[in-house]
Amino acid sequence: METLRGFTVLLLCQSAGELLARGLALRLPGPVIGLLLLSAGLMWPPLRAPVQAAAEALLTHLSLLFVPVGVGVIAHLQLVAQFGWQMLVVLVLSTWAGLAVTAWLLRRRLAQEAA
Amino acid sequence: MTSFVELWTYLSATPLFGLTVTVAVYCAAHAAYVQVNQAPWANPVMWTVVALAALLTLSGTPYPAYFSGAQFIHFLLGPAVVALAWPLWQRRAALRRHAGPLLWAALAGGAVACASAVVLGWALGLPREVLMSLAPKSVTAPVAMGIAEAIDGIPALAAVFAVLTGMIGALSGRYLFDALRIPSMAARGFALGTASHGIGAARAMQVHPDAGAYAGLALGLQAVMAAVLIPFILRWL
Repeated sequence: METLRGFTVLLLCQSAGELLARGLALRLPGPVIGLLLLSAGLMWPPLRAPVQAAAEALLTHLSLLFVPVGVGVIAHLQLVAQFGWQMLVVLVLSTWAGLAVTAWLLRRRLAQEAA
Repeated sequence: MTSFVELWTYLSATPLFGLTVTVAVYCAAHAAYVQVNQAPWANPVMWTVVALAALLTLSGTPYPAYFSGAQFIHFLLGPAVVALAWPLWQRRAALRRHAGPLLWAALAGGAVACASAVVLGWALGLPREVLMSLAPKSVTAPVAMGIAEAIDGIPALAAVFAVLTGMIGALSGRYLFDALRIPSMAARGFALGTASHGIGAARAMQVHPDAGAYAGLALGLQAVMAAVLIPFILRWL
């Protein structure tokens, strides 16, 4: 029940986010506004346990949620055939650059953190 | 044999098909992943996508027919983005203690990933709408789709790029960090969340709790910062 109640909170935050995004013509995706609303909402202690239960359930299987979109690559096989290797080179190198810069900047600051 | 073909045609057209194969193949891929001690190359998302793409292509099932069922899983990405407020909240003390360095690293890492993708793609002659779909590649897929839409990219392609980026980070992160001599699990996790969003974070959570917590934190920060900054900056280009 806790999980279901938390899931309701998540959906309410997302709905409020979508409404704010449409209503105020913000260029932010609704779920991101929902995230910000929930971050503020968590200051209210009764929300914490249900949100924790629902968030942990969803985030444990986070990678499953990306499968439907990933399979969408078959709808773009023409672009892949035309620019496949360029896209792969770009994706690999830019991902490594992002990983390296972030980890490098934090290597000292967070070193004592890892116990 | 005709009856089998008829049955297949019937089943593959119902939403039940897309939903069932997605969950079933993922469970199998995850079991295999656990079997090989969670080796990076056995990443369950990658193999599930490869297996399903092959299955749909070989059986001639159109993507929309598959998605009519898979959308129920896809839909959960929205609440999952909202749920990122939880890891942010859990790590609020660390976020406050290291606010400057963490925000700076998230901003710099995200900017380098985005800019290097767009510039390199441009240098390799990729068309404009592909470049605009590459820009939000380090952000979790549902947010990346929203950003791509705002900057005239192709949302579906942006989502695929985001998923591929996540897989690249999850697959190669360990080797890259070892080569760079960065042992801190917190720094590794934060980098994975920043440059490889949910898929990198999922990998980090499986490897080490510290890495996972910081990955969740980075993932949430990146979603918010990229959604605000990428459309704002690219509008001026």
